[in-house]
Amino acid sequence: MDFLSNLIVNIGAWLRSLLIGAGMDEMGAALVVKAIGAVVVASFPLVVVIFLIWAYRKIAARMQGRLGPNSSGTWAGPYGVLQTFADAIKMLTKEDVRPEGVDPVPYNLAPILVVFASVVVWAVIPFGPGRELIGADLSIGIFYILAFSSAALVVFLMAGWSSNNKYATVGAFRAVAQLIGYEIPQLLAILAVVMVAGSLSMQDIVGAQDVVFLVAMPVTALIFLLASFAEVNARPFELLEAESELVCGYFIEYSGMKFGMFYLAEFMNAVAVAAIFSTLFLGGWRGPWVDQAPILGTIWSLVKMGVMIFLWMLVQITLPRLRIDQMLAFNWKFLVPLALVNLCVVGVVNRGITEWFPAGASAWTRAGILLVANLVVALATWGVLAAGERRQERRRVAWEAAQVEELEVGA
Amino acid sequence: MTLQQALFLLFGLIALGAAVGVVVARRVFHAALWLLLAFFGVAGLYVLLEAPFFAAAQLFVYMGAIGILIIFAIMLTRGMMRQQMPRVNDQWWLAGLLALILLGVLAWLVWQQPPVVASRLVPEDSLNWLGLALIDPEGFALPFEVASVLLVMALIGAIAIVRER
Amino acid sequence: MIPVQWYFVLSAALFCVGLYGVLSRRNAIAILMGIELMLNAVNINLLAFWRYGNPNNPAAQAFAAFVYAVAAAEVAVGLALIVSIYRNRETVDVDEINLLKW
Repeated sequence: MDFLSNLIVNIGAWLRSLLIGAGMDEMGAALVVKAIGAVVVASFPLVVVIFLIWAYRKIAARMQGRLGPNSSGTWAGPYGVLQTFADAIKMLTKEDVRPEGVDPVPYNLAPILVVFASVVVWAVIPFGPGRELIGADLSIGIFYILAFSSAALVVFLMAGWSSNNKYATVGAFRAVAQLIGYEIPQLLAILAVVMVAGSLSMQDIVGAQDVVFLVAMPVTALIFLLASFAEVNARPFELLEAESELVCGYFIEYSGMKFGMFYLAEFMNAVAVAAIFSTLFLGGWRGPWVDQAPILGTIWSLVKMGVMIFLWMLVQITLPRLRIDQMLAFNWKFLVPLALVNLCVVGVVNRGITEWFPAGASAWTRAGILLVANLVVALATWGVLAAGERRQERRRVAWEAAQVEELEVGA
Repeated sequence: MTLQQALFLLFGLIALGAAVGVVVARRVFHAALWLLLAFFGVAGLYVLLEAPFFAAAQLFVYMGAIGILIIFAIMLTRGMMRQQMPRVNDQWWLAGLLALILLGVLAWLVWQQPPVVASRLVPEDSLNWLGLALIDPEGFALPFEVASVLLVMALIGAIAIVRER
Repeated sequence: MIPVQWYFVLSAALFCVGLYGVLSRRNAIAILMGIELMLNAVNINLLAFWRYGNPNNPAAQAFAAFVYAVAAAEVAVGLALIVSIYRNRETVDVDEINLLKW
């Protein structure tokens, strides 16, 4: 029981003692254990994604009244669970078509880099208390994630431009316009969280959530969620691909496993965003009884990620697609101003709490005050939107009346 | 050679090699990709200098913003990529000579000094110190505000310049 | 340990490569890239001074942060100018942009 309660750390310690017993020095053993840990952390999203794709197809099919992957034709495991493996094998054995006129180095590098960028994020996601259950508790934690996801945008341009195809180029332009645009509200939402937590480190942000930030700052969480859905290309914002308009976006010219890598990266980004959301707003590994059994922390964080992934699927499956101008207008005219106002309000209120309670406010008082401030922001936003709606309605009515009058005068 | 020195040589070679790639690449798009690699190498050097915030900011600002802007500009002006023209001007040899002389002088000056190694540890909360210094009226509050005004002016100016009338 | 001279020589080399790019390329965007390389070289120097001088004093870091802001502003305005010139003159070759020459 004791071994089980802190499973992962104990396995690490056991491995280290095993290596030292086999004649390795302390330093080398620590290095090998670290390397194994890195491989585990890096392959975690890859393994999860294999089953996630299956789950996604199954859930989507059920929601749309289909069966989804199953074993009725050829055997693919119970409930078709091996379907993804079959797809992967198919993609790997397909001919690797290289269209004429591509720029070979960027063209071949892009699929590798896109997967690389979605794997490195996992280095700073905490899976439990302490320093052992996180790849590296960097002091810049969340900024590291932002830096890599922002640098990864270049890959889309590389893929789109080097494919020598105008659909791919237009797709890359659109992708970058969308992703850069939605990065701004995402960043502003994260900044609000960082201000309240007082640190960029992921473990510190989790530690600051005596009351989860979803309760304390629902508006911030909503902004982050919407922006992240756009970042990972979920359906209402799914314009990077837009099969009917752009054929397939920036990776139209890719075939075989290179296409598979873009597909994989998309799912991995969705899992990563679920992990980031659950760390920033749902308290990460925090939950009941984690003090007694640290392994529970890993389970809690996986459960929270699962909930977020299911939410992502729900949105992805049920909503139709926006038009590109609607989507950019939604970002620049609604989300960015709201995120800015929210950031100012959270910053001022957070500072105010420190001033009003020199002895230090309890976690619940702090969360309550922040919640009230957030609700005020939400109400004000709703008021502004409703006023705009009414004005538009009045204008429409007046315009219609004028039309009718004109007709009557004409008759 | 220690691990740190090996890493320095690795990142230094990446940065320098990519920089050479930037100035000799035949196609501007390739030059931009080399530039991104050079930025990445410099980010690695910042990690070695124990300034992780600047390494991340390097990725965020240089690769994520400046690199993408440059590639966008290349795509918007791509008409010139089709036409053949020499990529360097007539005085390229003079420029190369000047750069080499400058490098020689600087390297000579630096090697005159005895080698210096870092004597103090970086404080754990160096990032906090930087943040406090940036908003401290005794420190860099005024330059910080000026920098923000500069960025706003650049934003407005860029829009004003390229707006189609 | 890495002697600070290594950083200085590297940053000098990076600066000189950037200088060569600025002086020799004809494409205005390539010239801008050379300037970015030079700014990066300066930043390496600043952070090396911070690390090997007094890490408790954030002045050099603050300067490096300002270099970031200036570089971003410079690229935004510079590229806007280049795109604008391209629209009017169909070229980004700095040798052919000679309207103000006489």
